[in-house]
Amino acid sequence: MKKCMVLMIAILLCLTPFATAQQKVIKIGATLAVTGVASTLGDPEKKTLEMLTEELNSKGGVKGWKIEMIIYDNEGDPTKAVTTLKRLITKDGVKAVIGPSRTPDALAMIPVIEETKIPMLALVAGAPVVHPVKKWVFSTAQPNDIVIEKIASYLKDRRMNRVAIIYSADAFGEDGYKVLKNVAPKYGLELVAVESFQSKDTDMTTQLSKIKVQNPHAVLCWAVGPPTVIVMKNFKQLGMDKTMKLIQSHGVANKKIFQLAGEAGEGVLLPSGKILIAEQLSDRDPQKAALVKYKKDYESRFKEPVSTFGGHAYDAFWMLVKALERTDTDNPERLRDEIEKNTVNFYGTGGVFTYSPTDHNGLKAKDLVMIEWRNGDWRLIE
Amino acid sequence: MFEIILQAILSGITVGSIYGLIGLGFNIIYNASYIINFAQGEFVMLGGMIAATTFNVFKINPIYTLIISTTIVTLIGALIERMAIQPVRHADVSVLVIITIGASIFIRGISMLIWGKDPYILPPFTSSEPIIIKNAAINPQSLWIIGTTIVVVIFLQFFFKKTITGKAMRAVADNKKAASLMGIKIERILLISFGFSGALGSIAGIIITPITLTTYDIGIIFGLKGFSAAILGGIGNSFGALIGGLLLGILECLAAALVSSGYKDAVAFLILLLVLFIKPSGILGKGLIEKV
Amino acid sequence: MIMQYGRINYYILIIIAATVLAFPLFNSNEYIISVMNFMGINIMIVLGLNLLMGYAGQISLGHAGFFGMGAYISGILTAKYSINPWIALIIAVLLTSILALTVAHPTLRLKGYYLAMATLGFGMILSIIFVQLDELTGGASGLVGIPYLSIFGFNLSTSLRMYYLIWVTLFVLTVLSINLVESKIGRALRAIHTGEVAAMVLGVETHKLKIKVFILSAIFASLAGSYYAHFVNFISPSSFDFHYSILFITMVILGGMGSIWGSYFGGSLLSILPEVLHSIEDYNIIIYGFLLIIIMFFLPKGVIPTLSEYISNMPERKGSIIGKLISTYMYPQKGK
Repeated sequence: MKKCMVLMIAILLCLTPFATAQQKVIKIGATLAVTGVASTLGDPEKKTLEMLTEELNSKGGVKGWKIEMIIYDNEGDPTKAVTTLKRLITKDGVKAVIGPSRTPDALAMIPVIEETKIPMLALVAGAPVVHPVKKWVFSTAQPNDIVIEKIASYLKDRRMNRVAIIYSADAFGEDGYKVLKNVAPKYGLELVAVESFQSKDTDMTTQLSKIKVQNPHAVLCWAVGPPTVIVMKNFKQLGMDKTMKLIQSHGVANKKIFQLAGEAGEGVLLPSGKILIAEQLSDRDPQKAALVKYKKDYESRFKEPVSTFGGHAYDAFWMLVKALERTDTDNPERLRDEIEKNTVNFYGTGGVFTYSPTDHNGLKAKDLVMIEWRNGDWRLIE
Repeated sequence: MFEIILQAILSGITVGSIYGLIGLGFNIIYNASYIINFAQGEFVMLGGMIAATTFNVFKINPIYTLIISTTIVTLIGALIERMAIQPVRHADVSVLVIITIGASIFIRGISMLIWGKDPYILPPFTSSEPIIIKNAAINPQSLWIIGTTIVVVIFLQFFFKKTITGKAMRAVADNKKAASLMGIKIERILLISFGFSGALGSIAGIIITPITLTTYDIGIIFGLKGFSAAILGGIGNSFGALIGGLLLGILECLAAALVSSGYKDAVAFLILLLVLFIKPSGILGKGLIEKV
Repeated sequence: MIMQYGRINYYILIIIAATVLAFPLFNSNEYIISVMNFMGINIMIVLGLNLLMGYAGQISLGHAGFFGMGAYISGILTAKYSINPWIALIIAVLLTSILALTVAHPTLRLKGYYLAMATLGFGMILSIIFVQLDELTGGASGLVGIPYLSIFGFNLSTSLRMYYLIWVTLFVLTVLSINLVESKIGRALRAIHTGEVAAMVLGVETHKLKIKVFILSAIFASLAGSYYAHFVNFISPSSFDFHYSILFITMVILGGMGSIWGSYFGGSLLSILPEVLHSIEDYNIIIYGFLLIIIMFFLPKGVIPTLSEYISNMPERKGSIIGKLISTYMYPQKGK
């Protein structure tokens, strides 16, 4: 009897390593602007990552791997972006990093990433982050250059060649302006007025009235958050909506913002990933089925409309998880290689991604559509 | 060109009234204690936030919304005074200012938890059809802001010159010992001043939210601009805050119109500095009396 | 509250220096060393600011601007024009001093909140310039590609190497500050703080002295800025804005105005606190604000001055052994 017991216990003890061995944990870090100037970006990004991690883990993870998602708030500050990154890598031992939310934070982090050789999936739209390509840095946000090209070709097609821009004096807005300046001549567009505002300003009528007298066909607004609402309201207040089109950036592809703008949002255009209007795509569009399903899943899971910033985090998460699934390792270098090589036609909220050694952004202008806000919802224009 | 300048002036008056209205809140506490309340901007934010929730979520009618929000923020102001200022009121002013900084951070943190990072809005009081003056447009809500600011300034002048409480507050600012010897309860005055500033901040917040929207961290820039307006006009002087605010607002907009929109704030601040160099105690300021 | 002076300051410095310099032997984790580097940089700025605020009794709500000047001049000259980093650093100090001199002249005639506002305005103007001169500064997106410092060919390319540079520089500046405070100039400064009119009557050239201290505090900040640029290899305007000016002021007042060790304490506490609060996530802002209130509540003179008052009162307590030790060794002039 005793011998039986001992044998059983021995067998069980031998089996337990297998039981625990099945429980692999991969540590993934995220440093995001959860508070501070860019909290409209970082907050949904954080919530998305937390929810996705929870759901994935409750289903048993992927290939036996459970995700330990460690998220720090860098307050939209480059200094804190560096310290939180170092904390994630050297103290918490993460194997990959998602974030940050802002371009300057990303630029500050890059030297550390390159030295520690940990792959980084940034959620930023600034061109300098992925141009020139850096081995360890990827981005899931639509970069300004592709987005502006989309707008430029839309305008060219409609012979709306007098263009103006009003942007917020932060990295996102400034980058938008710089890109437009470069891209405009290629599409035969004339930049007739350039104005800027501080991201916390409360009135932009002065700048808009300067733009108004130049009679552009279209006015681009490159900013995020509440100022975009104020611009829309001021634009209408000055009666500019009667003779010109206001085109917002992809940073505002968010129903909540337009609801705040009320009437002033009517007829405003913006470029976005196809997912926002998935149902309105032509049935011949090969992406339609996948995107419609995607949108349904996202919206039923999160009980809120698919949005830009949460979406970038969503895309980064799934890219990483897919790479993990294929490589079945938490080795940073293998993960990086996998993301670079095999992220092909990946359907994300931001568009359809294809990475390559020369393209760490993965999106093309044709992946975007121009949409218009009408009667409380988006309408596909092109 | 004229059109642009006219627009700039009209917008400047709007923006300037906002600054002035917020600046008035600083004066009340300053007048009673020489403290600059760094949490003043947060009072403005809270007014807008609470009103937005009361109106949009609980669908309470505008008048009651105004009363409820203002009451709550008044109480918060009084609470801060009781809990954080009163026990250390004999400390150096710089210490009390740091405490108000701590309070503003604290309030911001709690607001962030309650309302999140999203912006909120209130509908304009009257129509949102702009008023057109010679091709320049002004928002009807702006008239509410300007009007309220003027009313408040007049009220404060009356309050400080004619009412007992107001006179008592000025007495405390002038000479605490003498005031208390005359039977004025210093603690009470301080409490009232914080509550009063809270009320004023709240009203400001409610009136400007239809134009500016409100978010949990908007208090920082509001406090900064309001403080600048108050100082520019001469800290402690209500008309001063109004004039300082208008000057700052109009300068900003004119600079955007005539110089460059990127440098507008820099130009405005530069002129502010020049004014201070020429008149070191602000436009209507009386000069700080130095006790030797 | 004026800190007790005497040899005690040097003893404290030696203890702190020994601890800091030996620290990496026990823990050289990259993250921790980085945090210590930023801490050292902050203390450098706060040390200078405290001389201005605590001793000369002036306030500067725009000091992050000088921090930024140092960083940008060093950054631009080295990243864009390939100038030797040390020469760039010296140029940065010089240019910042000139700016400080220009600003100080009219500004330091102002008093109280007006002075605060003027320095605030000046800081804001600098912030805007950092963003707008984007051909030079990289604009809001920031300036990349700032090289490392190197000493005789030895590249200061790791956090650990910068650690030693930053902290040794800080200790040198501390010795300078201690000397300053205990010298004739220091006494003159304290006279200004206590009563400017009286000081003038006694022959102190108050205005000139205030300007000199202002420039000195700007130099400390500029130096810190240059080190920051060469440490992170990237700078952007948001690291030198209004929030940082307020943070530095808070560090000064929290640690104790007019206290050299108060600068160390305030700088360290507010550099470490955010790191400690990371794990508390949503509530960290609330706790930070709450802690500020609590500390000022109970220690209104600042942490270090209150502590030192407590210690120096100990000898008076009958039968206190520590008190006897202190009075014998640290305050020989008190006598028995």
